[in-house]
Amino acid sequence: MGDVDFLIIGAGPAGMAAAAQAARLGMSTAILDEQPAPGGQIYRGVEVAGPVRGRILGKDFLNGVQLAQGVRHAGIRYIPGATVWKAEAGGSVAYSVEGAARTIRGRRLLLATGALERPVPLPGWTLPGVMTVGAAQILLKQSGVVPRRAVIAGSGPLLYLVAAQMVRAGRPPLALVETPERRDLLRALRHLGGALRGWRYMAKGVGWFAELARAGVPRYRSATELRIEGTDKAEALSFVAGGRNRCIACETVLLHEGVVPNTQASRAMNLPHHWDAGQRCFVPDHDVWGQTAEPRVYVAGDGAGIGGAQAAEQAGCLAALHAAAALGHIGNDERDRRGARHLRRLAREMAARPFLEAAYPPGMQTRAPADDTIVCRCEEVTAGDIRRHAALGCRGPNQAKAFGRAGMGPCQGRYCGLTVTGLLAAQTGQTPAETGYYRIRPPLKPITVAELAALEPDPGENT
Amino acid sequence: MKKDFPFQEIDPDGPRVAVRFDGAVYDLPEGANLAAALLVAGVRAFRATPISGAPRAPFCMMGACYDCLVRIDGVVRQACMTRVQAGMEIERAPAREVPHG
Repeated sequence: MGDVDFLIIGAGPAGMAAAAQAARLGMSTAILDEQPAPGGQIYRGVEVAGPVRGRILGKDFLNGVQLAQGVRHAGIRYIPGATVWKAEAGGSVAYSVEGAARTIRGRRLLLATGALERPVPLPGWTLPGVMTVGAAQILLKQSGVVPRRAVIAGSGPLLYLVAAQMVRAGRPPLALVETPERRDLLRALRHLGGALRGWRYMAKGVGWFAELARAGVPRYRSATELRIEGTDKAEALSFVAGGRNRCIACETVLLHEGVVPNTQASRAMNLPHHWDAGQRCFVPDHDVWGQTAEPRVYVAGDGAGIGGAQAAEQAGCLAALHAAAALGHIGNDERDRRGARHLRRLAREMAARPFLEAAYPPGMQTRAPADDTIVCRCEEVTAGDIRRHAALGCRGPNQAKAFGRAGMGPCQGRYCGLTVTGLLAAQTGQTPAETGYYRIRPPLKPITVAELAALEPDPGENT
Repeated sequence: MKKDFPFQEIDPDGPRVAVRFDGAVYDLPEGANLAAALLVAGVRAFRATPISGAPRAPFCMMGACYDCLVRIDGVVRQACMTRVQAGMEIERAPAREVPHG
């Protein structure tokens, strides 16, 4: 009951492309997504926002319109508003929609769970008025909401895109405070060959810089000693740049240090992960088709390693092709023939990544936060606490839970895990891979006992 | 009347419905993302932490950080994962009802 050939978690670019591909290949397909409409975070609310705010959000955002339409295909069971709280290697998935828990099983399962923003542990980052740059972009995409007086700070291309979108929305940021150092850019030049192959990304960047310059948005480079000022809300961002102390009064501080794979589901399934030194994060092991160590489980998109929306589409198609061949819907020859095109495009999309990773690393201040900086937002555990745990013999993040509850709040380590790994690795002299990550267990998101008690099998056996 | 809150809507449009947040009545866009609508309405603190009681507000807007927890009609939920419906009774999530280790 409720079994489908191909079950997908996440309706971002990877999941949407995979669903459309799977349905075209004749697989019964279901796609679970937490949001009320398809798009993921990159194309959040694209069906509504595309026509209304296309000018502000730009041409790339409108790529999502067609992908979202693909999910509304008769052969695809699209289940929005679904919070997945358990996924098993056998393909069984438990989820809740409006407080009612259900289960569904896929003969093949694709985790297309996307990215999270990298933790940004800075003094004051828990204050109301501080949010991620991604959050500001979600507000703009889904709700047409912009901050009036915001400073954008951190590292990465998203800073410039969102700043440009805010300019177009008539509310330019007060300033961009950028943490990459000059030597990061020099190091990145080694990867210039790849960057030139991915020249479209570079051309876009040049366009954003020009927009920001025309709008007169001040940019501060190689900024250090960032601190959000305020007691019960953000009131200013102070920092050092060009050898001078600066303080910019504002109501909103938008932080960003790049994105990392959201591995909560793959971790909960105990799939093997490895440390990606270039991306400075853990990535689930997988082959070119996205197949993981569990043959029935695939990963695609940013959740399988950061590559961006275009790469995610290609990876989603590859996973669907492999699953279709595994279930006998197509032969391996056809799989390989069709797959070759997606692999070529994927390689082209990934070409600029080493340059971007080297040019926009997370800043030193967030990689090695000061002792009094909170790293676990939920349980208010500081960097100094984690260092003290290490001095008392704590070797890894799981032990850190027992030492001081880091990672045990409702976010389940999503916004402290990598920081805690990094802090412990620095203290113990182990590598991040040796240090490891939190053991993630279901439920992946908090659910009520009533939800669990009322668990029903999936009712959609007719599709 | 133009209010000087930290967030604003670019193109306010569509029907509004009344909800109550911590006793005060707000007219919010029907079906809108609740966290976004409350930010535009000038709400700054959504909950207090169970450890120090520090105020918190939406941080990730994608259901991952849990800083926007509020109690809606008696159930603690993420405001950023909830749509505005007429008559919602909302309050700041009490610290004792925020899950923690």
